[in-house]
Amino acid sequence: MFRRTLLAAAALAVASAGAALAQDPIKVGFVLVGPKNDGGWSQHHYESAKKMEAHFGDKVELVVQESVPEGADAERVMTQMALSGVDIVFTTSFGYMDGTINVGGKFPDVKFEHATGYKTAPNVSNYSARFYEGRAVMGHLAGRMTESNQIGYIASFPIPEVIRGINSSYIHAKKANPDVEMNVVWIFTWFDPAKEADATQALLDQGVDVVLAHTDSTAPLAKLQEAGALGFGQAADMAEYAPAPRISSIIDEWAPYYIERVQAVMDGTWESVSTWHGIKDGMVGIGEFSEVIPEDVRAEAQAMVDGIVAGTYHPFTGPLNKQDGTPWLAEGEVADDGALAGMDFYVEGISGDIPN
Amino acid sequence: MDLSSINPVLLLAALMVASTPILLAAIGELVAEKAGVLNLGVEGMMIIGAICGFAVAVETGNPYLGYIGAAIGGAALSLIFAFLTQYLLSNQVATGLALTLFGLGFSALIGQSYSGIKPPQINDLNIPLLADIPFVGPVLFQHDIMVYFAILLVAVVAYMLTRTRAGLILRAVGESHDAAHALGYKVVLIRVAAIAFGGACAGLGGAYLSLVRVPQWTEGMTAGAGWIALAIVVFASWKPWRVLLGAYLFGGITVLQLNLQAAGVKIPVEYLSMSPYLITILVLVIMSADRGRASLNAPAALGKSFHAAS
Repeated sequence: MFRRTLLAAAALAVASAGAALAQDPIKVGFVLVGPKNDGGWSQHHYESAKKMEAHFGDKVELVVQESVPEGADAERVMTQMALSGVDIVFTTSFGYMDGTINVGGKFPDVKFEHATGYKTAPNVSNYSARFYEGRAVMGHLAGRMTESNQIGYIASFPIPEVIRGINSSYIHAKKANPDVEMNVVWIFTWFDPAKEADATQALLDQGVDVVLAHTDSTAPLAKLQEAGALGFGQAADMAEYAPAPRISSIIDEWAPYYIERVQAVMDGTWESVSTWHGIKDGMVGIGEFSEVIPEDVRAEAQAMVDGIVAGTYHPFTGPLNKQDGTPWLAEGEVADDGALAGMDFYVEGISGDIPN
Repeated sequence: MDLSSINPVLLLAALMVASTPILLAAIGELVAEKAGVLNLGVEGMMIIGAICGFAVAVETGNPYLGYIGAAIGGAALSLIFAFLTQYLLSNQVATGLALTLFGLGFSALIGQSYSGIKPPQINDLNIPLLADIPFVGPVLFQHDIMVYFAILLVAVVAYMLTRTRAGLILRAVGESHDAAHALGYKVVLIRVAAIAFGGACAGLGGAYLSLVRVPQWTEGMTAGAGWIALAIVVFASWKPWRVLLGAYLFGGITVLQLNLQAAGVKIPVEYLSMSPYLITILVLVIMSADRGRASLNAPAALGKSFHAAS
């Protein structure tokens, strides 16, 4: 009898310990490709993570690993996080994609969320923003604001997301200013301030006076400021460079998504999904148009933003040809998400080749 | 291929600016290696120089004080390395790597409050008369002072190493510390001085990045420049003027490939990007193949610890 009581008490103790465990904070991991204060991409992921943490308070515990190189190191970091008991890991760079899938396979109970990729698994979601919507607006402004009719684009890696941005910017710059020409420079890094600055200088030397950048630091803006040229905030508002050289910006708003997904883990409703949200859903923010931009141009840009939000305008609307002149979209036709997700060609009018 | 759209004047001018940080770091490392010390912490000393220079320049409003601060910062960090390797006889390779990691982390700590700030502007020296010469003027005579300082430093180092007694002693320490010690030279002291010189130069190189080339402070902004500087020293087979050549080659190819792209020249950028590294490998192969001449340039006591009692 006594022994039975003891067993029952032990069972109760185990059960209550289990219950106590369930109330433990949800551990949320973040893997960042740059330093958390790079002023751009990684900083915005980090700040969104902090907002998520503030939203949940004690119910979550944040684990952040910054400056993690893409490749084997990233897998090591993810494995480490999974072993240390995180419940959900956000891996925030395109190059982490295969690593996330691999580590996800080894830890089926841990949820993974990979940013800007296209692969999923039962416990791996991916999420990205329709940056090309923001690029359309920036492209329009660039086309309107250039005086030399030459705009530059600093591109990182030849992946669909970057190519979409280039195409979207070019299409709208050309629409705003038929004389415009765009020079694209590939630098094969997300974060290397010296190289970003050198690329900016190379573009300036070519007579470019408005530069769009798809890299993570504020180095291009610092260089543009020296030269009196114009540019845009990328990933973060980069308001410290307003009103010039930063005349507007594309801001990544990840916090609502992070809150939603962590909530799903808490509720036990988490499922593998592919999320691709744009300006309408608040994942892409457009930074304030600075006073350097003339009133009418600001109104045009705002109208474009409103059109995209209302769904009446899609940045990739025909007629559009590919670079080699073959037709891509017919008059009034809109690109479907599949074609956008795998985009690997320039549209007609952009010179140069996409590196492999 | 249409190269006419690239302005050679602007290209060469950009080349000199882009090469200056690695040139400064490499010439400092060359002196340390000539004294027989392999300091792999160049990257760490550069980034410490970048933030120290930036912080001092911002706080005082004087970029030149910033450079001095950077040199002191880089030298101070290198003295940690000097203490560990020269007095505690720790392994130079491991200590150097640790120095890089420490420098990257420590600079991030110091730099917390300096992101997003603009440094005071450094004006280019427009050397009167010379700057007005067509072509040569804009290429050679319209830069900021550090570009000239770096070249001057190469000349001074070259002169010191080959033409002065001090240089001879430094090289003797690097070739055979036992012999130098037997002759009564203070091996450890000379090495510490060489390490500190290397640290100061690396610091200056870093400050050039954060004050002129970018110009701003960002964590991890050296992004591997220190490693390139180390490669250049080997590439130059420990000869000062070849360091200048190597730095311009490395810096030049980076700038050239960006300019080629900006000008819309159809050339695969991958090949240009990897070419400096290919050349380095090639030089290393030639050096190791030709045992008779080139490899003799490597200081014989490079990387070896010295203790008077042993």
